[in-house]
Amino acid sequence: MSYDEAGLDRRAWLLSAGAAAALTALLGLPAAGAAQDVSNGWQQEVDKLLGGAKPADGKLLVELPEIAENGNTVPFTISVDSPMTEHDHVKAIYVLSTGNPQAMISTFNFTPASGRAAVSGRLRLARTQDLVTVAALSDGRFLMGKRLVKVTIGGCGG
Amino acid sequence: MSMSKPRIKVPEKIKAGDVVEIKTLISHVMETGNRRDKDGKIIPRNIIHTFTATFEGKPVFKADMQAGISANPYLAFYVRVPASGNLEMTWVDDLGMKMVETVKLTVA
Repeated sequence: MSYDEAGLDRRAWLLSAGAAAALTALLGLPAAGAAQDVSNGWQQEVDKLLGGAKPADGKLLVELPEIAENGNTVPFTISVDSPMTEHDHVKAIYVLSTGNPQAMISTFNFTPASGRAAVSGRLRLARTQDLVTVAALSDGRFLMGKRLVKVTIGGCGG
Repeated sequence: MSMSKPRIKVPEKIKAGDVVEIKTLISHVMETGNRRDKDGKIIPRNIIHTFTATFEGKPVFKADMQAGISANPYLAFYVRVPASGNLEMTWVDDLGMKMVETVKLTVA
């Protein structure tokens, strides 16, 4: 969408050598060819969430396309295998981006009345990147997962 | 109008104690605040930042959304239905616009 608004022919844009640089400028990202390791502070946000706790693997299921054709709308489903009782439930699931201008994408809160700790939605990804998910459990433990998503056309904005 | 009446899908047949999926879709631009207009000015952020769902007044699900959520946000979540009751859902955006919808979940 931003292509048209910028008043530029999309094909010429994609072909132009400066397109990548212009796109990063448009996204307000630091220039240079650093595609993956642009720091948006996601690691600090994760550290803050965990508060020094060591996250465990597993039981955290993240369903995402391996290749997202359109970064503007990438479908996701995240679920945690949990009995969702008063004493043992998932309190929250955090979704963070490692390559968008802003690290935090969304926080989803659950209660025992949810019955199932699962959520589906659609997210924006500015570029190929890892998606980080953190689940906070009622007993104070955490689960964490990371998934690579390849993005063909970046979602401007993220 | 920056927010239109949402579409909500709930299962027709529910047995007492079932955990059912609720699907919601609402029209909204979800402007990220990172884009610029033709004059190079930043287009102010306007997203639905909060979605909440309560069943019979009890919190069930809440989403705190940032710019990384797509336009026209689709959200699907679950609720445990011990008996028939009302599921109330609220969307709030950066301009303070608020949409409230209630659907009845009927246990057969």
